[in-house]
Amino acid sequence: MSYPDELPMWAALLVSFFLLLGAGLSLLGTVGFLRFKSFYERLHAPTLGTSWGTGGILTASMIFFTVTEGRPVFHEILIGIFVTVTTPVTLMLLARAALHRDRSENDPTVPSASILTKPGKTVIGD
Amino acid sequence: MSADILYWSIAIAQVLLAVAMAFACLRMFRGPRAQDRVLGLDTLYVNSMLLLITYGIRVGSPIYFEAALIIGLLGFVATVALAKFLMRGEVIE
Amino acid sequence: MRTILPYPLLFVSLVLMWLSLNRFSLGHLVLGSVIALLASAAMASLRPDKPQLKKIGSFARLLALVFYDIILSNLSVASQILNDRKGRRKPGFMTIPLEMTNPTGLAILAVLLTSTPGTAWLEYNSTESTLLIHILDLKNEEEWLELIKNRYERMLMEVFE
Repeated sequence: MSYPDELPMWAALLVSFFLLLGAGLSLLGTVGFLRFKSFYERLHAPTLGTSWGTGGILTASMIFFTVTEGRPVFHEILIGIFVTVTTPVTLMLLARAALHRDRSENDPTVPSASILTKPGKTVIGD
Repeated sequence: MSADILYWSIAIAQVLLAVAMAFACLRMFRGPRAQDRVLGLDTLYVNSMLLLITYGIRVGSPIYFEAALIIGLLGFVATVALAKFLMRGEVIE
Repeated sequence: MRTILPYPLLFVSLVLMWLSLNRFSLGHLVLGSVIALLASAAMASLRPDKPQLKKIGSFARLLALVFYDIILSNLSVASQILNDRKGRRKPGFMTIPLEMTNPTGLAILAVLLTSTPGTAWLEYNSTESTLLIHILDLKNEEEWLELIKNRYERMLMEVFE
């Protein structure tokens, strides 16, 4: 173990709390990813890991290094910004690819492309 | 005392993240369709990034931050490339 | 001033990023400023039109609201995953007519919808400006429409248009 023993109790508790929160939420996200039935439902599950899963672990890391190095360390926020900005790009691309593939196979549970040209809202459950 | 709390919570967090990675792998193997596998790979990348940051806290070295950043970058590029391939590759065949 | 600093916000955030990646010192401040200057010059030659942040105050309020919403939707999606039984949840697609046409506002709306678990942005038709999203639990579709149209879109239009 290489922790400084003088790490104050409040810091240890805070770091532990955020670590377990982040790791627990990421695990829950993948559990949902495994349990949900359709691809479009599964698309929602990993966002648990990329929103508060990542946020919790990055906060824990920021608190830990700020306390142990004795100066404000906040470069973890860069990973946070990076993950927040890139996740929508990957999920949108994947969703559009999935829609495209399902439509080309005439899957009846997927709305056709013409749904966007008709005004008003239409809801299709699956 | 505080070091013990930290030690155990880091160990538990590492186990949770490893199980999460295993679940993502399972979905990758199971499919059923290519988009599920690509999404599984993306989830695997994000979780391995988190595991690296947790490992950095465990050994108390900020060097793993850079490794985590690179894994995040590679995961993003890989998923975008694969999604692009799904859009164009199979439909043309 | 315009020609030296075409993107002041980009410049400041690049310098801050440089200083947070390295330790703060006068040398790094100078080096980071030079790099940020070069980067914003490169940016200016790439993209002539630039997004306008009209009201910083309401943008900050929107960010705070989204932060709160992300916490709430994390909790609700987590509970939905934990007791996921047949028939308790009604996932579905939903189309939303949008009034906002500003590309920056739309990009931020996409980030917001995707990073809140429970909603996923699928497709946007720019000629009709309608949006197709998927919702994990579509029990109250009026509530979702209200949330996206009145809460997010109105605030984003206030900031960007």
